[in-house]
Amino acid sequence: MNLLVCVSRVPDTATKIFVGPDGKTIDSKGVKYILNPYDEFALEEAIRLKEKNGGEVTALTVSADDATDILRNALAMGADSAIFIKAPSEPDSYQVAHNIANSVKDKNFDIIFFGRQSVDFDSFQIPSMVAELLNIPSASVVSKLEVNGTKVIAERDIEGGKETVELSTPCAISAQKGLNEPRYPKLPDIMKAKKKPIEEVPFFPVEAAVEVISIALPVNKRVGKILGDSDADINEIVRSLHEDAKVI
Amino acid sequence: MKKILVYLEPQNNSFKRVSNELITAANNLAQSSGSEIVGLCIGGNTSIYPSAGQFGLKKLVSVDFSGAYSSTAYAEIVSQVAKAESADVLLFASNAAGLEIAPRVSAKLDAGYVADCVGLEVADGNIVATKPVYAGKALIKTKINKSTKVFSLRPNVFTAIKNDVGSPEVTNFNANISDNDKKASVTNVSTNAGKLDVSEADIIVSGGRGFKEAGNFAMVENLAAALGGAVGASRAVVDAGWRPHAEQVGQTGKTVSPNLYVACAISGAVQHLAGMSSSKVILAINKDKDAPIFKVADYGIIGDVFEIVPKLTEKIKAVKG
Repeated sequence: MNLLVCVSRVPDTATKIFVGPDGKTIDSKGVKYILNPYDEFALEEAIRLKEKNGGEVTALTVSADDATDILRNALAMGADSAIFIKAPSEPDSYQVAHNIANSVKDKNFDIIFFGRQSVDFDSFQIPSMVAELLNIPSASVVSKLEVNGTKVIAERDIEGGKETVELSTPCAISAQKGLNEPRYPKLPDIMKAKKKPIEEVPFFPVEAAVEVISIALPVNKRVGKILGDSDADINEIVRSLHEDAKVI
Repeated sequence: MKKILVYLEPQNNSFKRVSNELITAANNLAQSSGSEIVGLCIGGNTSIYPSAGQFGLKKLVSVDFSGAYSSTAYAEIVSQVAKAESADVLLFASNAAGLEIAPRVSAKLDAGYVADCVGLEVADGNIVATKPVYAGKALIKTKINKSTKVFSLRPNVFTAIKNDVGSPEVTNFNANISDNDKKASVTNVSTNAGKLDVSEADIIVSGGRGFKEAGNFAMVENLAAALGGAVGASRAVVDAGWRPHAEQVGQTGKTVSPNLYVACAISGAVQHLAGMSSSKVILAINKDKDAPIFKVADYGIIGDVFEIVPKLTEKIKAVKG
């Protein structure tokens, strides 16, 4: 099987966010960047499919920063090669989706995997957008996947339950936590990954569709009534919820 | 902004609440811009259409689609209606269906798309959309530089406001859908019957590791039942296998905005706060007075959950009568 996994480089989830000097981006000073957590599920699923059915796994990223570190992570997990599309400046989702679609349209991938979202912009949009640009079906937020030849059965999380989607390759799948347990690369894998090829592909010049006007930290206006555990305290909290906040 | 198309989702015998929230949001945009609004419902029971008029919807396009739900087919139908109506603004819910269809529609229409918006306003003739980023640790204001603009709106953030305009005028639209458009079809839907989902609940009671073992979550369930809410869980609890992943709140779970979020024995790791800090009211119960959760809480009780949660449950039952 010919498999592609699109990955992104994001701030570690434990990072404290500060607004950068331009007021439009975050201050990247001291921020630790990692492989997007949901992409690990996507990579693991692709690598398992390769191990079962043979074939190749390619990892791809579009980034304005040097993202070879996360591509090496993907290669250490078991991807065979990587594609790095370096953007001239921070790309928006529209530019990323068009760049992915443009660079893979002639490569005949059977399944293109993504994480369900990147934990920086949390938009859930690139998998479906790329699938549409390539005119292939997709299933998002997939927590169970069966692939038999060209037939694909995906179980996806919906509000209050699950939905089973039938589709056929070529298709796109976005991975949800629970799809599998991603492996930890061992030292020999990390060493081997250093020798695997990363192909740099020029950025496909499309204009951004969405412009960031400003970024700000949320204003936390909380009542802050913190009491003890006496009966009187609990009564007061219940009264506040009922009469002041009117939520019960 | 000439015309706003609102994607409505039927559910059983009504529209989903978020659909009414979208109509209200569209009305607010229309007031600032003078745009027309048209709703779109695919494969719905026509008897529910009048209810959309209670929130101010005057026009509705109805598409009869009897096949199985398919994100590819639905996206094609929405695009065809958007073109036929010359709609230049499209609103979806930021939910399982909306998040799958909206990006496809935006690609079909070569539109700009902003997902999971918590604010929409008109400034200088353009729509400024506010959306949480980095799991809610920051908010960005954005504008779209394309003539067609697509937005998905986070449920339970935009309040649905009653504005009865009678039954909307209904137009039937015959969409031209080929087999090629039905490439991804839903063959089965299983719901957790009788269980509220955290992403749709008005009240959520979440429990953390402090409950020591899975069996003690009965206390959380009882409190949730007394409040008429859903049960949520921290990542540690889900990773330990005590609760299903569907209940996980936080950066690798669900982001929620209920009216009331009760955090029991949850210390408040950054990733958890990210998933619930947009809740309207937060009550935290924790024995550690320095737990970070108290910094974001409106109300807090410092003490042992094993004692407090059952007491709180009884007192709430009494208040609710």
